[in-house]
Amino acid sequence: MSIQFNDETFRDDYTFRNSDWAINRFPFPFHEDHYMYSVNMEQHRGGPEGSVFEKRFDVDEHYVAEMRDRAQVLADDPLRCQSLPHMTLAGWDLLELIMVSKSEDYPDLFELHRDDDKWRWVNKPLGIDDSFTFMDETTLPYGPMEYITRQTQGDFAVLDQRDDNLWMDAGMITTQADWSLDFDIGMNFFEWHAPVPKANEMGIFVRALKFLMSVQQGAPARRLNWTMTVNPLLDTSPENYHKWGIQKTQMTPENVGEKQHLRVELQTFFRLPRSNGLVFPIRCYLISLDDLTSIPKWGRRLHRVIRDLPEELATYKGFIDNRPMIIDYLAKVDNGAETSPGIWPDLHLEPDAKA
Amino acid sequence: MSGVEKIAVRVTNIVPLNALVTRFEFKRSDGLHFPTFSGGAHVVVEMQDGEILRRNPYSLMSDPADQSQYAISVRRDDEGRGGSLFMHRSVSVGDEMLISNPVNLFALDLRARKHLMIAGGIGITPFMAQIKQLSRTNGNWELHYASRNAALASYGSELMAQHPNGVHIYYDDDKQSIALEALLKGQPLGTHLYICGPKGMINWVRDTAKKAGWPHEAIHYEEFLAPQSGKPFEVKLAQSSMVIQVGENQSLLEAIEAAGVDAPYLCRGGACGQCETAVIGYDGKFLHNDHWLTNEEKASGHKIMPCVSRFEGKTLVLDR
Repeated sequence: MSIQFNDETFRDDYTFRNSDWAINRFPFPFHEDHYMYSVNMEQHRGGPEGSVFEKRFDVDEHYVAEMRDRAQVLADDPLRCQSLPHMTLAGWDLLELIMVSKSEDYPDLFELHRDDDKWRWVNKPLGIDDSFTFMDETTLPYGPMEYITRQTQGDFAVLDQRDDNLWMDAGMITTQADWSLDFDIGMNFFEWHAPVPKANEMGIFVRALKFLMSVQQGAPARRLNWTMTVNPLLDTSPENYHKWGIQKTQMTPENVGEKQHLRVELQTFFRLPRSNGLVFPIRCYLISLDDLTSIPKWGRRLHRVIRDLPEELATYKGFIDNRPMIIDYLAKVDNGAETSPGIWPDLHLEPDAKA
Repeated sequence: MSGVEKIAVRVTNIVPLNALVTRFEFKRSDGLHFPTFSGGAHVVVEMQDGEILRRNPYSLMSDPADQSQYAISVRRDDEGRGGSLFMHRSVSVGDEMLISNPVNLFALDLRARKHLMIAGGIGITPFMAQIKQLSRTNGNWELHYASRNAALASYGSELMAQHPNGVHIYYDDDKQSIALEALLKGQPLGTHLYICGPKGMINWVRDTAKKAGWPHEAIHYEEFLAPQSGKPFEVKLAQSSMVIQVGENQSLLEAIEAAGVDAPYLCRGGACGQCETAVIGYDGKFLHNDHWLTNEEKASGHKIMPCVSRFEGKTLVLDR
């Protein structure tokens, strides 16, 4: 299908909306009625047709608006995009990976024409048609990582692999769940994960690092992560907490269904061939509770997950104060019926499903 | 699935370089481009040697940016278990083979102000690719390459001709050797040291650098261990509930694979840690040959690296 791009905002008047298409393909992250951390990695090699897992870099109706929001964040705070000097080669790796993937996966939207190192990139949704020399930074308006990630939804952490560890040495981070590239730049895997409760004593990070360091060329991986965000705000950064933190206090039982959003990150991992680095795209999907509960299975399951979540996780994810209000809202849609295994909507299993 | 993504290739050229070393060049069977790779990467080559499926790692020595072909150089090991002999004797131009995607366990540290490379014998191969990579980006590097004599110095004259200022070659037969202490002393701050060659050379260079105060993070080395032959032994695989025999010239990992059990691996040379396997019980003695487990882990009897390590004794039960 050809995508209709929304004209919408992720700030101020918050005109962000999910169409029925976007609701039905939302990456609901809970495969059962409770939640605990796990590494939960799987291969990132396609998925059901139309799902967010199908393409290497999913493009949806929010693309153009998200890129506009990113440009605004960068204009206000250029440090959201940083690349240490040794990461330029990894930046070219990433540019190549995204251009090749998008032009193959969405030929109606993106074109890549290559004649040795003379490349031409056409991005129709954003109205870009640039010719440049591959591996020659002077022929692009930005460094290679910044150039391509200004045109790709999701945050990008570009990691160097050395000394049996991964290092946060470059990134484009404007849609983050309350962490800061400017703070984490140059840190290793254990350093930047230090704030996460419980996971360390569970030995999760040692296992996750071992897995990530052996992610191979041609064999990308993925997992889902989640949190809760009040208002459809992409930029929930520590730098701007003074602007968005206050919004958490503006929720009422009347507006919770509209304001409270489930925020899901589709995290993928690709080995970068020329640099031997690892890129970690973190793609953010938002859905309001009103829209989410239009899928009955998801409403019931989210109620049980949020209700039973350990206190320290609700605190870490930043919604402990609003949890009672969220549970009250969700309890109304939980009739106690069973939920089917797996993350899919399974509308045909609902009692009032139309044949 | 265990291991790595595989690529079907055709042997397009076989070039004997000297009495011991032969270069094998591959193109993709499907006519597509190979992935680019980073200098220092290896591929695992699958060889159907009669009944035995051998999988040996070889460093890619072609230009990492050249997606039209891959090349490896194989040193014949007459005392080995047979992988290199199979490549030398049984592989012909036009043969179809399977290789893995590139895996890099010997990558350049791209922060280095200078890359100082020490090669011994066939250990030159990963540096061939790294030098091509660095030459493209005007990287600062220097190679010191020890070989028995000029005839056996694979790619020596080619390297000297292309990089007369960066390459220094030493011949054992002429009693030439690297003046290592002086060499290490004269390096600018921010230099990283890379070593690939025989075990004795790796230990010598690492020890000398350590004594000279080089930081641990600035010293990189790669030594692929070939699995050693040894006495046959019997292993019980608990998860798969089967008992398998490991032959004299077979590694434990190969025996597990031959029994149809899917086991993880990457380097097959005791370095990467992927095949680490838990020991459930044993009565006997481990022959640990890997670089992965710590001495404490080796002594504990709880873990084994089946790609290169063996066992002698009555019973061994693995969690596999």
